[in-house]
Amino acid sequence: MLNTRFIRNVRLGIKTLMLHKMRSILTMMGMVFGVGAVIAMLAVGEGASKEALDQIRRLGSQNIIITSQKPAQGSGSGSMRIRLNIYGLLYDDLDRITQSFKHVERAVPAKLIRGTGRVGGRALELRLVGTTPNWFELVDRERIAGRVMVPRDMETNANIVVLTEHGARKLLAGQDPIGTKVKINQGYFEVVGIIKSESTDSGSMQTPDEKIDAYIPLNVAIERFGDITTIRGQGSRSREKVELHQLIVQVDSIEHVEATAAGIERMLMTFRPKKDYKISVPLALLRQAEATQRTFNIVLGSIAGISLLIGGIGIMNIMLASVTERTREIGIRRAIGARRKQIIGQFLIETIVLSVTGGFIGIGIGVLIPWLITMFADMPTIVTLWSVLLSVVISIGVGMIFGMYPAMRAANLDPIVALRHE
Amino acid sequence: MIEVKGNMAKNDQVIELHEVWKTYRMGDQDVHALAGIDLEIKRGSFWAISGASGSGKSTMLNLLGCLDRPTSGSYALEGQRISSMSDDELSDLRLKHLGFVFQSFNLIPQLTVQENIELPLFYQGIDAHIAADRARTIANRVGLGDRLKHRPTELSGGQQQRVAIARALSNEPSVLLADEPTGNLDTATGDAIMGLLTELHNQGRTIIMVTHEPEIAAYAQFQLTMRDGKIASIIENHTCPSGIASLKNDAPC
Repeated sequence: MLNTRFIRNVRLGIKTLMLHKMRSILTMMGMVFGVGAVIAMLAVGEGASKEALDQIRRLGSQNIIITSQKPAQGSGSGSMRIRLNIYGLLYDDLDRITQSFKHVERAVPAKLIRGTGRVGGRALELRLVGTTPNWFELVDRERIAGRVMVPRDMETNANIVVLTEHGARKLLAGQDPIGTKVKINQGYFEVVGIIKSESTDSGSMQTPDEKIDAYIPLNVAIERFGDITTIRGQGSRSREKVELHQLIVQVDSIEHVEATAAGIERMLMTFRPKKDYKISVPLALLRQAEATQRTFNIVLGSIAGISLLIGGIGIMNIMLASVTERTREIGIRRAIGARRKQIIGQFLIETIVLSVTGGFIGIGIGVLIPWLITMFADMPTIVTLWSVLLSVVISIGVGMIFGMYPAMRAANLDPIVALRHE
Repeated sequence: MIEVKGNMAKNDQVIELHEVWKTYRMGDQDVHALAGIDLEIKRGSFWAISGASGSGKSTMLNLLGCLDRPTSGSYALEGQRISSMSDDELSDLRLKHLGFVFQSFNLIPQLTVQENIELPLFYQGIDAHIAADRARTIANRVGLGDRLKHRPTELSGGQQQRVAIARALSNEPSVLLADEPTGNLDTATGDAIMGLLTELHNQGRTIIMVTHEPEIAAYAQFQLTMRDGKIASIIENHTCPSGIASLKNDAPC
């Protein structure tokens, strides 16, 4: 009984609103754009942050990345020619880290050498990565052909190389890559496998791998290229001695990442006079990115809140006008025997119908806009279910809150006065 | 809901007023809109209340219609005293026992004729099908059976007043209250409406009508005249209006 009365009330509400179509549509606009903006903005924000977070996750949230860094130069750097600059991570550091931290699962060294790969007439600038087989466990990339480095390659000092898809395409296009010899700098390396690279061109965020990587066994790299590199500057030459350019440390679980990173930092500090390394913890970056995202959401939420507030005020304004306009009707209904709360119900239902209809159109727009953005601007967007549900709840809430006052005003009219109203 | 007790319902007096005062405060002066009214209205009687403007007849009608409460004294409708009733209880009383007919018809424009007639039943929570059936029956009785789907604005004044009467009757009220029911109608249409009211009276309906026109008041059984918030006179009509007498042989006059 109550149910059918409710349905009839809703139908009456719709009918009344349809009497003033233009007015109802304009009133709904506030809700439409409010809700639409909330969903669309959240979808764009969510898409952008997911991309950023994914990139950080690709670095590995269980990893600690230690990079060699030239320390800040002391005095007299201007004219003084430094013959040999020695800095960076040492082979010993690798052993110390693997041996003295119980939560370290594996530590992967990387010795980076610039080189040029040549096959026949083709040439490609490469980043030679002298590493150990566990690189491929840590930086887990899809294998396209052949195999990756194995411990036996280390034992036998094998002159092998694993190329990326990009490198293979540039150097070995059109021929069976596996078994091909690539001349890198002065030596020949046999291609044993090809893997994918996930490094992107935009590359705002770093991944451990690059698409011009060529992986060779660490001991081969040491033997062939040594630790010293010559850097040609403007009219001067300087030489650097760096044993390892990078160490990627994988910790057994996320909870131990930060403590282990702090421990490694303390340990490294005790063994060297200058800070010649940089420790970056993707997990910390992740946390930072998440905090940024939270701030963003709060700002977004406030903007959304304000726009919905304005929408609500618009609805209230119209409903107040409607109450004044329909004073006579209210008087008639009260004279016939409608209770106050039935009048409240009638007006409240009208505002809720307005706000919810507006809300649903808003959801449609809020879903459409991100879709268009993805289509035409090629930006990732994600419409989340919770933002849609939130919008539904908010639009009902706005209707209730902003409809209450006009409805109460209608219900509290004296029927005698209301009947006399012209 | 207020239940009418069996013995109360059989009571001959639908309305009983004892020493009813209604006082308004205007500035620093008390204005007595009603000044000690004593009145009993029998079931099935037809009353006309008249008087100059300011005589208290509108206040009287509002009070009888349970839209207002007396300042002092007692008013009982169907044996129920309204002085201590809450707003909701007064609403329920109106819904159950009263039907209103106004000078300006007061139909709700966005509703159809049928929906207007059904309105009291809607608030009573009566099933939609039963309400629709009852609305059709009553519309036929007032001669508007073919206009159920029309909007009030598509009807003439006389037809609109018939819809209003149908609406007032749909809850089977104890008392039909009419406030200048012919005030917005031409003489011929007004006479037709009065014919309808007389017919309803002949069927046993209690009718109380406020009017300032003597010709209209003449249709009633009792003519009550008010002056300065008091009852000046009550005249019982022994002669039937000529037109009605020929229409209705069984008129109780």
